[in-house]
Amino acid sequence: MSVPRFWRKQPQRYNIIGTKCETCGSHFYPPRTICPQCRRDGKIVDHKFRGTGKVVTFSIIRTASEPYDYEAPFPIAIIELDEGTRMTAPVVCDLDEMEIGMPVQATFRKIVADGDSGMIVYGTKFVPVK
Amino acid sequence: MVGIITYGAYIPRFRVKTEEIARVWGANGAEIAAGLGVMEKAVPDLDEDTLTMSVNAARFALDRRYVNPDEIGAIYVGSESHPYAVKPTAATVGEAIGATPVMTAADYEFACKAGTAGIQTCMGLVKSGMVKYGIAIGADVAQGAPGDALEYTAAAGGAAFVIGNEDVIAEINHTCSFTTDTPDFWRREGQDYPRHGGRFSGEPAYFKHIQGAARMMLEKMGTEPSDYDYAVFHQPNAKFPRNVAAMLGFTAEQIKPGLAVPRLGNTYSGAVPVGLSATLDIAKPGDRIFVTSYGSGSGSDAFDITVTDAIETLIDRKAAPSVEDLLNNKKYIDYAVYAKHKGKIVRAA
Ligand SMILES: [Zn+2]
Repeated sequence: MSVPRFWRKQPQRYNIIGTKCETCGSHFYPPRTICPQCRRDGKIVDHKFRGTGKVVTFSIIRTASEPYDYEAPFPIAIIELDEGTRMTAPVVCDLDEMEIGMPVQATFRKIVADGDSGMIVYGTKFVPVK
Repeated sequence: MVGIITYGAYIPRFRVKTEEIARVWGANGAEIAAGLGVMEKAVPDLDEDTLTMSVNAARFALDRRYVNPDEIGAIYVGSESHPYAVKPTAATVGEAIGATPVMTAADYEFACKAGTAGIQTCMGLVKSGMVKYGIAIGADVAQGAPGDALEYTAAAGGAAFVIGNEDVIAEINHTCSFTTDTPDFWRREGQDYPRHGGRFSGEPAYFKHIQGAARMMLEKMGTEPSDYDYAVFHQPNAKFPRNVAAMLGFTAEQIKPGLAVPRLGNTYSGAVPVGLSATLDIAKPGDRIFVTSYGSGSGSDAFDITVTDAIETLIDRKAAPSVEDLLNNKKYIDYAVYAKHKGKIVRAA
């Protein structure tokens, strides 16, 4: 794992920071620098997503590659954020709780640790809204 | 006056019952649970640690009340289970809540009272005008060696407090501390589990220091235990806080809302912060809260707190889960799964 590469992505991993087009109101995650609708007329600014949304669809990962294998089985979902863009992220819940349309919210979790002496990577996962 | 601007607690959703731990070690679970007054304890998920709980507690605090992150000038995280030996938990919390880069930060350690030490530090910075807001967090993934008495109670959880000077939801009227060098509990660098000094752990440690700080507070404020609506004491089990409350003259009713340990376990640096959060969850304007933490090694921090009208007007307590909500959101696991969650067993490479 590359420490600098991780560090550059920290803002997007810790908080869901994307962009929005002030001209047409579209939100983008991962961040876009040009609005595909407005092109040259678009005004792109940073946007911190609220972190609430719902599950559009999901898959249960039963055989994960190292170093995620010890957490399997776990769900990975496409989540539609309330502002109106989609992202892929793990959901932390019982497998039988997973449901299309389930409201979720962002939570802060450990993503992976590089052995016993390397860096610990933190980021965003989702949990069901209780 | 200096006080609490907002607060938030975090408790993982997994629980293991005292009886389940006792079953593995061939002990009498019902007897141990009754003796400790601890029925079950909170266990972190595989991807949770002191840092993730600290971030989530701080975010819950900020969900209850908007605080401009640029005005947060200090963050202190008190814990004895920081994920790194060297690399501050507090800096990552700052990044995750958008308070960086114009802020100071440090990690604290004083066994179970590092969280309240952080509250005192923030009070000093706020009162002196060095910062507008400071955040103090106490959180732990408490460690207890397999088969050790501590394993029945060592739990995971924590809480965060934003400290400031204006429009506080609870004024901190006074704080004072009582500290000595007492060898009741320690963990050397590189060791996975703490050790405790057996007979040192009760009378000359917990009871002496809590009473030392608490009596100092009552004398300084000219108050009696009956002047307070609620009291929160460090809770390594349910027996110690009940006994120390009785010794000082507080009633079982006064400590009840803040006594999370029967359903939570001992969250070390998170214990008094979670207990205070649970009390703030139900407090009304004008309520007065007496708080005394305890950290082995040893010391106690006492606080005299008065809840203001702002608790009903300037924060939305329902915007984040109450301690009761967190305690009720639970899933039981057996000892084997618990051992995996705590890293006591790992898959062979
Ligand atoms: Zn556009």
